[in-house]
Amino acid sequence: MLRDALLLQLGYNATLVAIGATLLGVAAGCTGTFLFLRKRALVSDAVSHATLPGICLAFMAMVVLGGDGRNLPGLLAGSALSAWIGLLCMTWLTRRTRLAEDAAIGAVLSVFFGFGVVLLTVIQTMSAGRQAGLESFLLGSTAGMLRSDAVIIALGGALSLALILMLRRPMTLVAFDPEYAAARGLPVTRIDLTIMGLVMAVTVVGLKIVGLILIVALLIIPPVTARFWTDRSDRVVLLSGLAGGLAGYVGAALSASAPNLPTGPIIVLVSFALFALSLLLAPGRGVLAAVLRHLRFQRRVHLRQGLLALAQGQPIYEPLTLRLLRRNGLVRADGVATETGRARAAKALRDEKRWEIVRSDLAHEAVAALYDGLRDIETVLTRDQIVEIDRRIGGPQGVAT
Amino acid sequence: MLQLATRDGSPAPAAGLDHSPLAIRGLTVSYGEKPAVFSVDMTVQPGAMTAIIGPNGAGKSTLLKAALGIIRPLSGQVTVLGRSLDAQRARIAYVPQRASVDWDFPTHVMDVVLMGLNRELGLLGRVRAWHKARAMDCLRRVGMQDFADRQIGQLSGGQQQRVFLARALAQDAELYLLDEPFAGVDAATEKAIISVLKALKDAGKTVVAVHHDLSTVADYFDNVFLINTRKVAEGPVSEVFTAGNLQAAYGGRLATAQVDQLSALPA
Repeated sequence: MLRDALLLQLGYNATLVAIGATLLGVAAGCTGTFLFLRKRALVSDAVSHATLPGICLAFMAMVVLGGDGRNLPGLLAGSALSAWIGLLCMTWLTRRTRLAEDAAIGAVLSVFFGFGVVLLTVIQTMSAGRQAGLESFLLGSTAGMLRSDAVIIALGGALSLALILMLRRPMTLVAFDPEYAAARGLPVTRIDLTIMGLVMAVTVVGLKIVGLILIVALLIIPPVTARFWTDRSDRVVLLSGLAGGLAGYVGAALSASAPNLPTGPIIVLVSFALFALSLLLAPGRGVLAAVLRHLRFQRRVHLRQGLLALAQGQPIYEPLTLRLLRRNGLVRADGVATETGRARAAKALRDEKRWEIVRSDLAHEAVAALYDGLRDIETVLTRDQIVEIDRRIGGPQGVAT
Repeated sequence: MLQLATRDGSPAPAAGLDHSPLAIRGLTVSYGEKPAVFSVDMTVQPGAMTAIIGPNGAGKSTLLKAALGIIRPLSGQVTVLGRSLDAQRARIAYVPQRASVDWDFPTHVMDVVLMGLNRELGLLGRVRAWHKARAMDCLRRVGMQDFADRQIGQLSGGQQQRVFLARALAQDAELYLLDEPFAGVDAATEKAIISVLKALKDAGKTVVAVHHDLSTVADYFDNVFLINTRKVAEGPVSEVFTAGNLQAAYGGRLATAQVDQLSALPA
């Protein structure tokens, strides 16, 4: 069943949902990255909650005008309008009053959402409202998704991606260093609003699939996941889009493979699974890598301390140090240094002196920055450079390198 | 460019200001209802190095940021090389305070320097080999060429400051404005920065820096601008950097050690 789902063999609706969810995931992942880099991730939560009153008012307006209240483009236009108003309220509160952004987010989010819920209740009492199913916008609902719905998602996603491609440099610059951006004459406020506008677009087109409560997860989790794997912002954007797309695709397939599995929440859970894997396994920033690195570092410190102690004829008390020296064949079982041990110890002491020179010489600055008290000097300097340094140290030259 | 000058509608510059790289008239900036900078005039001399000095909270950085339009002033006029600020953006390079950004941001040293070429790269232009070569050359000038591929968080404070300077150099501007470039940097960095700035001056560029170390003012700079919310004095170091003016700017806030250092100055 799952295999069929992943291969898009579960029928028209499931295929449509999978494609839509994938596109949404890519768009949300790329867009969310700029929000994440600008450190305004939670703004998206307020924006998404602020869509609810717009959806309801659009429905009422369309019913009053005698149309079909469930017309999706109409509902999305309404949601975009009220999200934009929410965004402007938040910007105004942050810039013109003494409220901090977190307080502004809280105020806008709760008030708009509360108002939306009131309107939902009102709609329930309308004769046309009972079958409206507007609640499905809260958590998304993909049953009976239409081709036109998928087209809207595809268009919205493509538009967002095109804008991101065009504005990635100014958006990155504003996220990294807004003052410098302003000094260069970039319209910082407008660029910030553009980022938020993109977020709003993704939120609105994502209403149908993941719903307004969970869209924030698709905007935030993929960039955080991607950040584990790279130190460059443009790659964070790409990887985040990839993670979002993968989560959308796998999540939609999973939910189609069994009855009664809600699409939106499953997508979010898949996205979280990718995040958890990255958190644990990513090289560099991952938890496992950090633990391993720490252990390895600890061993190197002990070994180096042991060697220096040997070289200077000091006693060694640390059991770990002794064990490491013994295991490496540097001391005998009774704690006396072996031939190799003595040679390595002398080398370690010599390297200390060489490092001292390197660190006091501005010409070696880049190398000196690598100093950690552990590195063998020949891993960072050429033989000629070492000879030159040894000349400056003076004394016996016979120590093996 | 001529069209720009007329379209921005700035009034014809007053006589005497047209050659100044940076001329400020009646600038007031206020956070809330307490002015941080009050009715300040400043005329920067071309091809020279000017230090903006004053006690903490005197409005030094604020003056710089308002001159650049980063903060909107309550009143006042700024002209750059005789024209309005917006017409001259490409000719100004700004080096913000190091602490103003998050150094864990996912970006490499080379990427930061390339930000200085933003205008040339445009929105969609690809980063070409010659862009990188130019950025690399700027890194070389600040002694950071070996760090191009490091993540910026791995750098020391002084190295971060030099990367910021390299980004400004990449702009190839006429006027360089630096906010506390020597704050919290090591001696090697201070030497590297000052030699780059002096080279800029020798090439006819204008340098203005917010500076906090009174003991190096006379060594590093040609002119000083003393501020404590209001302008205290402005002019060549030899005429203006006097114990009397410093007393006026710093009031009782001059540390005893500094007073001792400065007692050698003309009263």
